[in-house]
Amino acid sequence: MIDGLSPGLILIAFAFPIPFLRGNWRHAYMLALPVLGGWQLWSLGHGVYGQVEIFGYALTLVRIDKLSVVFGAIFLLIAFINVIYGMHERDRLQDTASVIYAGAGISAVFVGDLITLFIFWELTAITSVFLIWARRTERAYRAGMRYLIVQVGSGVILLAGVILHVRATGSIAFDNLGVVSPATGLIFIAFGIKCAFPLLHNWLQDAYPEATVTGTVVLSAFTTKLAVYALARGYAGTEVLIYIGAVMTVFPTFYAIIENDLRRVLAYSLNNQLGFMVVGIGVGTEMALNGTAAHAFAHVLYKSLLFMSMGAVLFRTGTAKGTDLGGLYKSMPLTMIFCVVGAASISAFPLFSGFVSKSLILTGTADQGRWAVWLVLLFASAGVLHYTGIKVPYFAFFAQDSGIRCKEAPLNMLIAMGITAFLCIAIGVYPAPLYALLPYEVNLEPYTATHVITQLQLLLFSALAFAVLIRTGLYPPEMKSTNLDSDWLYRKVMPAAVGRFMEVGGATRDRVLARAQNQFERFIATIYRHHGPQGALARTWPTGSTVLWVAVLLAATLIIFYL
Amino acid sequence: MTDTPNGQQPPSPGEGKKYWLDQRRNVEKIFWGLVLVCAALGLADFFYDKHTQFAMEEIPAIYGLYGFVVCVGLVLGAKELRKLLKRDEDYYD
Repeated sequence: MIDGLSPGLILIAFAFPIPFLRGNWRHAYMLALPVLGGWQLWSLGHGVYGQVEIFGYALTLVRIDKLSVVFGAIFLLIAFINVIYGMHERDRLQDTASVIYAGAGISAVFVGDLITLFIFWELTAITSVFLIWARRTERAYRAGMRYLIVQVGSGVILLAGVILHVRATGSIAFDNLGVVSPATGLIFIAFGIKCAFPLLHNWLQDAYPEATVTGTVVLSAFTTKLAVYALARGYAGTEVLIYIGAVMTVFPTFYAIIENDLRRVLAYSLNNQLGFMVVGIGVGTEMALNGTAAHAFAHVLYKSLLFMSMGAVLFRTGTAKGTDLGGLYKSMPLTMIFCVVGAASISAFPLFSGFVSKSLILTGTADQGRWAVWLVLLFASAGVLHYTGIKVPYFAFFAQDSGIRCKEAPLNMLIAMGITAFLCIAIGVYPAPLYALLPYEVNLEPYTATHVITQLQLLLFSALAFAVLIRTGLYPPEMKSTNLDSDWLYRKVMPAAVGRFMEVGGATRDRVLARAQNQFERFIATIYRHHGPQGALARTWPTGSTVLWVAVLLAATLIIFYL
Repeated sequence: MTDTPNGQQPPSPGEGKKYWLDQRRNVEKIFWGLVLVCAALGLADFFYDKHTQFAMEEIPAIYGLYGFVVCVGLVLGAKELRKLLKRDEDYYD
């Protein structure tokens, strides 16, 4: 392979023939690219490559180490599976965008400096929006626009932070930064936007459910996990992340329970899972950072699996709303099974992937004696079982039979879901290969009697709570609704404020203009009075007298000339 | 939001068949089965050597009770929240 070429750049550089290939050739070609990228990653091995000097800055295009490998490897793997999932579609725009977007995400993970990071950071924003626009509806277009503004905004803030940082320190190295200056603070906020920190989060729930069936699956894998990687690289051990992460694990759970669009429920639960990873970064010990990396790896798989299954439901029935669905296990039994595997994994049932990854974060937090945060994480763990583990499969596949009868998901979707489900179980049953991939040595045995029994207690009693609430009719029914979230600020309040400003401002402007016009008219009237047809200063003299006066002047000039 | 369905079909004559879950008493079986499993898990706490990090973990079945209580709280809290946050589906359109 070409020396020093980033595995991600392979996807970007070789994406150009995709729009020109047709049908199965295109998808075969798209499948080859992540394989090539994986081969490049394997053949390069740990090290720093592709150093170029531009404008006096030594850029590092490729840095492969234990932390970047975890994220790069899962990105390549999911890029491959996503191609299989999208094979039924014939959309060259979406196909091209999804490959370049994946390539940008992978490249960003492997960069060694902040300037190159900024370039790929923006490239992920610009390419990913096409996955939303590919839905080709007015609603998707508008959601995509909002998404793009937020994402590019994050890039601009990152750039500002990088410029300040370089001016202050002279370094562009992307290593542990810490929130120590306004510059690193700005970079922190830029990462935080992409990581969907509380109040900076709503672009995620706003945009992801508006993307295409395949687009949402692709989107869910890269952007936010890139941000998790960037935080783990730059801000490990930053205390405030523990509290930010804890809030992130809790507040989306309330929204997820009352949300009707099941793909939006999954977007809220994505946010909650990011919270666990952010807590791990904040704790910053080897155990916790291992937990963040492992959880990101497992999360990409099970979250994709869940989005894939809801995508298949949307594809077949035309809706992903809890109010419209129910009883689909009769029509789509395999999709139901895959969804349940994803649900069991995200809920961290023993023998499923979430169990072996989340344990590291929880243990890492408890090891530091942070019992309050630990209790919050337990609460969030019970919550995630409720609104994702049970709610999503329950309202789609069980509950009241909606009467919808449809075909099972297309074969390519089933294969993609099958591979992903297999990996979710494989990691849960045999975590050693994942643990070996992690940045530090793992000193935890997840399958102890204490751990398994306490976890099962937590989960099954939570499931019992769900059953009791459903039986007693206390569980809030699914309703067609929109729930206000922080996007309300920029979708209602700000436009309304601007509208009001225009209204009030417009009236003020009109008054000011009217007064000015009035003054001006009076001024004109005054001039008119003196200089108008009747004005004393404007009386016309006969032409003859003018000629006389000119003659007098000429005569005077002549006399003076001769004197 | 609603897309064109790709593969919806009217119920075929064979679709009228009864599924196991369609019967009320089978749903009851699942519920009481879950109650039994939970009870067994709670009691299990007396029969093994629990390795804990915090004192509160020593209380028998504490994980189960905690999970049950927070989940009920979560759902009832979300229900209250809905009163505050719920708008029409086309609120933003």
